[in-house]
Amino acid sequence: MTGVQRVNIALARLPTWPVYVAGMLPAAWAVWLGATGGLGVEPINALEDRLGLLALQFLIAGLAVTPLRRWTGLNLIRFRRALGLVAMGHLVLHLTVWLVLDLRDWGLVWADIVKRPYITVGMLAFALLLPLAATSSNRAIRSLGPLRWRRLHRLVYLAVPLGGLHFVMQAKGWQVEPLVYLATILGLLALRVGVTRARIAA
Amino acid sequence: GAVAGMRPARAEALVPNSWDEITSYNNFYEFGTDKGDPSRKAGALTTDPWSVEIGGLVDRPGRYDLGDILAKVSIEDRLYRLRCVEAWSMVVPWQGFELADLLDMAGVQASAKYVAFETLLRPEEMPGQRGRILDWPYVEGLRLDEAMHPLTIMATGLYGKPLPNQNGAPLRLVVPWKYGFKSIKSVVRITLTNTQPPTSWNRYAPREYGFYANVNPTVDHPRWSQATERRIGGGFFAPRVATLMFNGYGEEVAGLYADMDLAAEF
Repeated sequence: MTGVQRVNIALARLPTWPVYVAGMLPAAWAVWLGATGGLGVEPINALEDRLGLLALQFLIAGLAVTPLRRWTGLNLIRFRRALGLVAMGHLVLHLTVWLVLDLRDWGLVWADIVKRPYITVGMLAFALLLPLAATSSNRAIRSLGPLRWRRLHRLVYLAVPLGGLHFVMQAKGWQVEPLVYLATILGLLALRVGVTRARIAA
Repeated sequence: GAVAGMRPARAEALVPNSWDEITSYNNFYEFGTDKGDPSRKAGALTTDPWSVEIGGLVDRPGRYDLGDILAKVSIEDRLYRLRCVEAWSMVVPWQGFELADLLDMAGVQASAKYVAFETLLRPEEMPGQRGRILDWPYVEGLRLDEAMHPLTIMATGLYGKPLPNQNGAPLRLVVPWKYGFKSIKSVVRITLTNTQPPTSWNRYAPREYGFYANVNPTVDHPRWSQATERRIGGGFFAPRVATLMFNGYGEEVAGLYADMDLAAEF
């Protein structure tokens, strides 16, 4: 038995709930820091940024699950739902901070969504992820059927790069960090393209 | 001295931000794009000796040593609002002298219409300059009447102390009615010209950053509204406040733009 197989067997015995708990800790930590001066002198913006970035990191982790299994044999599929829902949790907080602490006005929120392309793109990404979060239960998988469920969840291939684009567009200038994130996302998607083609051909 | 008796708008209501706020939250891309980068990375910047090369349409071009300049000007306190184009703001207790005094030293010729400024280019001490986020060195410009306006100062200090490196030591422009990026830091060159000089952010994204860059709540940045701003230091629960035309200095400066369409020349 290889090392990876042993790890997979050990992982299969673990419960998934700790991923939810540990996954939301960074958000709780960020809110605590923001409230106590640990995010610098402009905490609202800093918290908004940090929650958005954490969401993107969990979405990227979710996208990495399949390529990891394919190229290394490491099987984290059981934890993918938790990664996706934790990402959604951070996104909801990201938007809540924007609405409740930053703009404090539904009218301004709507104006921003309509007028500011980077916000339009970000909201589109969020909207595409909503049906995925809503159909993340076992019951939803059963009622949709695995084929339709899988098709629906391919929306993630559109939503995550839009999230990465949102990060690139909100920065002043072409900053390195957002571009690295976007490139990582596109790279993870590119890893799938060849494989899907091969599968269709076979 | 020229502003004696001239009270900047709502000056009585201004409460300065703390030293920590002013010196830890900076945009100075020469040291990195994060707001905390300048305070973390600007320590190695050599600011002494320092001189300013003044040239172009002046009677006495040449290299002006900062010490010589300071011996000839009078340093005053100026408590100014600072409104960043990113829609946050501070109130800063600067020390400095009027830019007009420095320009008079060099003798502005009658044909001069604009003033171009340049920041130090020294990648070995300014790590952000090793990346290509902007075309270095950072350049800015003012129309001559803006430059000669008594509210326009060259700052040398903050809270009675020498200007910290992250705030643009040892000599920076402060133009309180314009977005912060106009107030170029660590100035080494000033050139009088008769054509409008290029400015760094305008060159980077002309749709987003105009040459004038006057604070104007009615002209939005393409990516965000300029109608309101967040005062630094308010914490989680302070609401945004309305942005004032010309950052509240309209009484003093609106006349400079009497014939201009400020939506077109933003």
